[in-house]
Amino acid sequence: MTLSEVTAIDGMAGDFTVTVKESPRYVDMEKCIACGACTEKCPKKVGSEYDAGTGKRKAIYVKYAQAVPLKYQIDPDSCIRLKKPGACGFCEKVCDAGAINFNDSEKSHTLNVGAVILAPGFEVYDPTPAGVWGYGVYPNVITALQLERYLSASGPTEGHLIRPSDGKPVRKVAFMQCVGSRDENLCGNRYCSSVCCMYAIKEAVIARDHVPGLQTTIFYMDMRTHGKDFDQYLERARDEAGVRFVRCRVNGVETDGRGGDLRLSYVNEQGRQLEEFYDMVVLSVGMQTPKHVLELAYTADIQLTADNFAATTDFQPVQTSRAGIFTCGAISGPKDIPQSVVEGSAAAAAVADLLAPARFALTSMASFPKEKDVSGEEPRIGVFVCHCGSNIAGVVDVKAVEEYAATLPDVVYVERNLFSCSQDTQNMIAKRIREQNLNRIVIAACTPRTHEPLFRETLKAAGLNEYLVEMANIRNHDSWVHGGNPKAATAKARDLVRMAAAKVTYGDSLRPISVPITQSGLVIGGGVAGMTAALNLAEQGFAVHLVEKSDTLGGNALNLKHTWSGEHVPTQVAKLVDRVVWNERITVHREATVTAVEGFVGNFRSTVTGRDGASQVIEHGAGVVAIGGESYIPHEYNYDTITGVVTSVQFDKLFELKEKHVRRGRRFVFIQCVGSREADHMYCSKVCCTHSVQSAIALKKENPERNVYILYRDMRTYGQREALYRQARQLGVIFINYELHGKPKVAARGGEIDVEVWDHVLHRPLRITADMVILATAVRPHGDAADLGKLYKVAVDGQGFFQEAHAKLRPVDFSTDGMFVAGLAHYPKPVEESVAQALAAAARAATLLARTEISLDAVKAAVDERYCDGCALCVDVCPYHAITLVEKSAEEGGGRIIMVNKAQCKGCGLCQGTCPKRGVYVAGFTMRQISAQIQAALAV
Amino acid sequence: MLDTKKVGAVLIVGGGVTGMQAALDLADSGYYVYLVEKSGAIGGAMAQLDKTFPTNDCSM
Repeated sequence: MTLSEVTAIDGMAGDFTVTVKESPRYVDMEKCIACGACTEKCPKKVGSEYDAGTGKRKAIYVKYAQAVPLKYQIDPDSCIRLKKPGACGFCEKVCDAGAINFNDSEKSHTLNVGAVILAPGFEVYDPTPAGVWGYGVYPNVITALQLERYLSASGPTEGHLIRPSDGKPVRKVAFMQCVGSRDENLCGNRYCSSVCCMYAIKEAVIARDHVPGLQTTIFYMDMRTHGKDFDQYLERARDEAGVRFVRCRVNGVETDGRGGDLRLSYVNEQGRQLEEFYDMVVLSVGMQTPKHVLELAYTADIQLTADNFAATTDFQPVQTSRAGIFTCGAISGPKDIPQSVVEGSAAAAAVADLLAPARFALTSMASFPKEKDVSGEEPRIGVFVCHCGSNIAGVVDVKAVEEYAATLPDVVYVERNLFSCSQDTQNMIAKRIREQNLNRIVIAACTPRTHEPLFRETLKAAGLNEYLVEMANIRNHDSWVHGGNPKAATAKARDLVRMAAAKVTYGDSLRPISVPITQSGLVIGGGVAGMTAALNLAEQGFAVHLVEKSDTLGGNALNLKHTWSGEHVPTQVAKLVDRVVWNERITVHREATVTAVEGFVGNFRSTVTGRDGASQVIEHGAGVVAIGGESYIPHEYNYDTITGVVTSVQFDKLFELKEKHVRRGRRFVFIQCVGSREADHMYCSKVCCTHSVQSAIALKKENPERNVYILYRDMRTYGQREALYRQARQLGVIFINYELHGKPKVAARGGEIDVEVWDHVLHRPLRITADMVILATAVRPHGDAADLGKLYKVAVDGQGFFQEAHAKLRPVDFSTDGMFVAGLAHYPKPVEESVAQALAAAARAATLLARTEISLDAVKAAVDERYCDGCALCVDVCPYHAITLVEKSAEEGGGRIIMVNKAQCKGCGLCQGTCPKRGVYVAGFTMRQISAQIQAALAV
Repeated sequence: MLDTKKVGAVLIVGGGVTGMQAALDLADSGYYVYLVEKSGAIGGAMAQLDKTFPTNDCSM
């Protein structure tokens, strides 16, 4: 439901009545075919929100080219006709579909739902009112979102980086960090927005790809690249892309008075006042909660934090203060894409827990007409040539392609569509298949990677087997890459269509493979992440086996005292253990490890072996790997020889026990990044800055007379944790920055400890005498990770943490179907992120376990028993271990033959390419089809 | 929780990456989903980005 907002939420968890207000679109979604004629004629231009004001849109517009739904809308605030009845109305005149409806009106919907998830997102801080660094005055001062649009091929300059003031090429760009973040004076946003360091570095690197030799400088306070692979990107940006990083606060940005150049003045780390000139200044604007979300929070009656984000707890990170209402994404604090995606799944898990009894109560299965048997028919091919708006038609002569296609053998019907993928065209194609009795279809459009599933559905809707379609990619492989040569592009389009038609001629009707699912889960690791995942799956109604290596549940959290927000960890962990142990659907295997694995998605068979050597085989449909991480045991800073040098975890214990050295101690030095962010361990352990700051606050609160120092490289108290950093400074904790090349030196002197560090303010070495030195040690991957990875065929990254399927969009999935990851096993992270990830893994697993069977793609290897002689060459090349060699029985003539496990086979075709006897082939890519396609390619 | 009424439908406010992920997971595990979006199209802030950190993948 687009253009819609929630205006009331009544009722209680399990049974809410929600009122939704739908604003008029003034365009009939059923009729609009998104041809774009309306927008072409519309005389009214306004700034485009999508392009962050860098480009223009019309009063009738689509949000962006790939918008879903791809339907136009009229902006009533700028439409001439809607403001003055009788005026303009051009769009209505040119719309052949008759989709314009100026009399459209607001609608109200009342919906009955069991739960509500709030995911309204954020807005970027607008520096206009405060005129930050001359924004709004100097045209060459832009926001990072505006730069993002300038760098985008779909942006206002099609990816060309030019100065907004005069269109001159840009040679020098400065990025200013923390605009609208960590700033109480200008905007009151005291928190860190957690994403700006990353996007600024990315934009600096990408901008250089656009403009060779571009000089980029990032002015920052702390470089907070605390996520997975983030520090490595930072290093590459500095060393390979030549991005310059300057730690300082810029004093001022002014114009030079003549051209559009901007003069920056700042004091560098050596204390020298400097001036530099730039073509463009980019403000790294932060995130904040927009006004309409504050209103939504009021409507939903949920509590907010002091920073105006939804209040959640660390052990229930997607649960709001009102039962049945959940959050995900930036409403509950600034966060990046992967964490938002994780929380999306986590919220789904939390809802599924609440509504488990009502699963499948209101859903229905899509139904399709009975499939027609075409095996005995002569091929009757229909070719549909897509314009893709102007994406294809702007380069390729689509009319010529259409005419050519009609001359090809067995082609009986040809048609052109503006967007073959639009809903109305889909319906039309289905209609044509029935009318023209077509039994093979060629779609000359874009890539099968994104659109083949759609066209398969269209064939199914028309009663045709879904595999009788072939796509000719005349966009990605043609119009996009041969934009400068329309004639050759058109010739290539003809070739591609001819090849596709030749291949589909020999296409067969294929049946998807159905595999039953064992509706139970296996969770490996009994820490907070593992227990949370197990508990959620159990509450959703699935049987779960929880395997823990040690004799105790709780994992690394057993060493923690408080979360960053102050929740007492031991209490929460005890509750969690209790719930897990008493849950009748969870079987806990203590002192046990997984020693062997067979099977595949839906049908895993894992052997769990106890310390006594006894094994049992557990059948499960999905698995979650949550084996946690390990604490780095340091050797640096004389940890091995000086008793007063301890790790953070040791310090926590001593502090809690009121050990006398801590109790009497007056001088404490924390050293950050011990074992993190260097050489072979180029990653941030993410939790240590917050941990040390919390410990420092506790020391100061206990005795304000104490001297507490934190020696750090970048203070990474991201998000709302910034409040702790601020509090520590207010309490008088002294923060001293050090660089990797000037690490502190720690030496014993009598009963005291000498710490020497370079002081950037005084510009000389500083010697601190300390009673205790606390090392903020790294989180290391678990030692068992690599072996477990091999068992389940899931990847481990260069650092030894488990590798997710996609850094942004599949953050808890493994590339191996049916396996998921959560917690420290994936990367160092605090409790609430581990819990969110565990819930997310459970939600993802539940999408499998909720079904009794899964349907797999029919493009799989098959054995041709006439030719296979069991030579087994294919067994070795199969990357998925899907092929096995079996003995034939005496009745079958004896000898050996291969057998393909369809569930493991991905249809890659390596076996077919390797087989010297045509004994194995991939359905949908038979030798006959491929040879027809190749012959068509050569037949000109 | 007591045996109160449980409706097998969910309302999600916001069609950005996080809302869409929640919607997909819930729909795939047997719940009816209403996805409510304030603007004219789903996609949210990520659709405005060119490339993503740290892989430089296309954001669209």
